[in-house]
Amino acid sequence: MVTVTPSPSLTSTAAPMETPAAPTKFSVTVPPASAAKSGVATTLINIENFDFYYGAKQALFDINLKLDDKRVTAFIGPSGCGKSTLLRCLNRMNDLIDGTSIKRGSISIRDVDIYGRDVDAIELRKRVGMVFQKSNPFPKSIYENITYGLRIQGVKTKSRLDEVVEKSLRGAALWDEVKDRLHESGLGLSGGQQQRLCIARTIAVEPEVILMDEPCSALDPIATSKVEELIHELKKQFTIIIVTHSMQQAARCSDKTAFFYMGKLIEYDDTRNIFMNPANPQTEAYVSGRFG
Amino acid sequence: MSDLPHIFASRPSRGRFLERATFWVFRLATYLVLACGLFVFGDIVVKGSGTVFQREFPFVNTTFLTHSPESLYVFEYKGQKHEMGDTEFRAFREKEEADAKVAGQPAPKIKTESYVYSAGGIWPCIVGTVLLVVGSMTIALFLGVSSAIYLSEYARDGRFVRFIRLAILNLAGVPSIVFGLFGLAMFVLALKWNVSLIAGWFTLAFMVLPVVITASEEALKSVPKGFRDGSLALGATKWQTIRSNVLPYALPGILTSSILGIARVAGETAPIMFTAAYVVRDKLPWEVDKLGDFFFQGVMALPYHIYVVSSKIPQNEYTERVQYGTAFVFLLIVGLIAATSIVLRNKLRGSYKW
Ligand SMILES: Nc1ncnc2c1ncn2[C@@H]1O[C@H](COP(=O)(O)OP(=O)(O)OP(=O)(O)O)[C@@H](O)[C@H]1O
Ligand SMILES: [Mg+2]
Repeated sequence: MVTVTPSPSLTSTAAPMETPAAPTKFSVTVPPASAAKSGVATTLINIENFDFYYGAKQALFDINLKLDDKRVTAFIGPSGCGKSTLLRCLNRMNDLIDGTSIKRGSISIRDVDIYGRDVDAIELRKRVGMVFQKSNPFPKSIYENITYGLRIQGVKTKSRLDEVVEKSLRGAALWDEVKDRLHESGLGLSGGQQQRLCIARTIAVEPEVILMDEPCSALDPIATSKVEELIHELKKQFTIIIVTHSMQQAARCSDKTAFFYMGKLIEYDDTRNIFMNPANPQTEAYVSGRFG
Repeated sequence: MSDLPHIFASRPSRGRFLERATFWVFRLATYLVLACGLFVFGDIVVKGSGTVFQREFPFVNTTFLTHSPESLYVFEYKGQKHEMGDTEFRAFREKEEADAKVAGQPAPKIKTESYVYSAGGIWPCIVGTVLLVVGSMTIALFLGVSSAIYLSEYARDGRFVRFIRLAILNLAGVPSIVFGLFGLAMFVLALKWNVSLIAGWFTLAFMVLPVVITASEEALKSVPKGFRDGSLALGATKWQTIRSNVLPYALPGILTSSILGIARVAGETAPIMFTAAYVVRDKLPWEVDKLGDFFFQGVMALPYHIYVVSSKIPQNEYTERVQYGTAFVFLLIVGLIAATSIVLRNKLRGSYKW
């Protein structure tokens, strides 16, 4: 088990993205002092001794992890190591899969156990949004895509919906590209725009946490960098947890990184440390591209 | 070897012979099917259009389409051959008798031959069939889509669900006459609905239910999982997700399958002959005293009418007209209903594409 070390970067001042990145000992470049904000982060999500099963098959082993509020945390690790599984546990999307069970441990958000008896998964998901690997805009207009979550909650006032559409699209850096075609199908957008539309749809319901499962894996480099810029903007308001297979992406976007292997959390630290100075040899092997 | 012009030249062999032979078997089989289809349709269209259309204005035989069936009277009178329906004949005879009275002659003797159902029209049958189709499809779609949603979205895959699926599959293979008997026992006798529209609706609905359920399940399954997950992740409940983000996209597929259902419901005779169909009925369905009676009246129906005029009365050139005319109108109506659903489906499909 890896203990979470207090990180020096948390107290350092924010570095703008444009600063030339410091070369690391690996192929990955990390912005200096990471991209952390000033101020001490508080824990938002607390995962303790968490064991998770698909039927009889254990997928997560004794996970202990504290995720910071208004920060970006990256989950990395080789395929099948349980990143998506853990991510889906955070908004209880796994409830929808037959045969899943939690045999031990807990996850709490703001000190509320989200698997507690009186917790409504529907309410939880309103506060913990999710962006999927395969962008999944609904086959409806852009406007309807954004307002979907609010309509579900019973918001009908046109002015309110209009306002949210503009705000969310601006928030997802998509407004200028689509403002003249709000009533055209969301499927008419490019892949990158579709993914940002999904992000806009998620922030429209004003969640606290946004979970992103490989949001850029189907995107080209330019669309990817747009989403990454967006993540930078979003973390002012939201806590973001991102699963990624791209070391560069983890290094560029995240404040902290958790490395998983075979369902276990191997190391969790400041992104800078994970990439430049990993404590665990397995982490080092993975981030340097020697396996996985 | 050496007598071939080049190395790729065709060589006679068993394989090549078989290839040609199988090809021709398949081709001839297809042609045979096509020929049968064309023959049946052609026969109905050619003979039926003679009844439905006419040479003089308005070119459509409106009597046939808008009147009730009547007996046909064929007779020779004053050296002229006449063919008249019931009402027309009675008026004719009264007029002749009155004329004779005025002229001080004895009432004329008109020697007639009469044929039942061979004059007039089939309007009550058209109305009855449309009512049966609309009602039973409404019931079948409601029940079918509901249970498809339950089976594919809510129920956990287990022994019970597998058992239900098996039952549905078996139900699809049950002959329609058995559904007719079921309807008779269940709705007509046990529930005391008598021979009525509503008994016919439910009997027909149960008959097409397996098709509707299976097809609806397919249609629901073809909606990408991402739409469900995306909706649920926004805090929608399962039903909200299904209603606004799954069902609309599955609807075109569901409608496609219902088109087949429509043709079956409209065409089956066996399920309605004990439950809903009358050989003949003077009143039209809306001529009821109170609204409640509407559901509990029997109706005439096209397929049953075809059955009656083709098997229950002596066959001759006059009855043939009604048979083919009815069959032709029947094909037109089924085609029309199907075309409407196809248009509706394509419209829906156009607005939901992914
Ligand atoms: N629905 C499921 N049913 C059963 N087992 C599953 C299911 N989903 C995932 N698993 C198993 O759980 C383990 C972790 O899967 P998970 O999807 O979390 O991996 P991952 O780290 O996200 O991998 P990737 O990088 O390929 O997305 C894998 O061994 C996988 O086979
Ligand atoms: Mg994954």
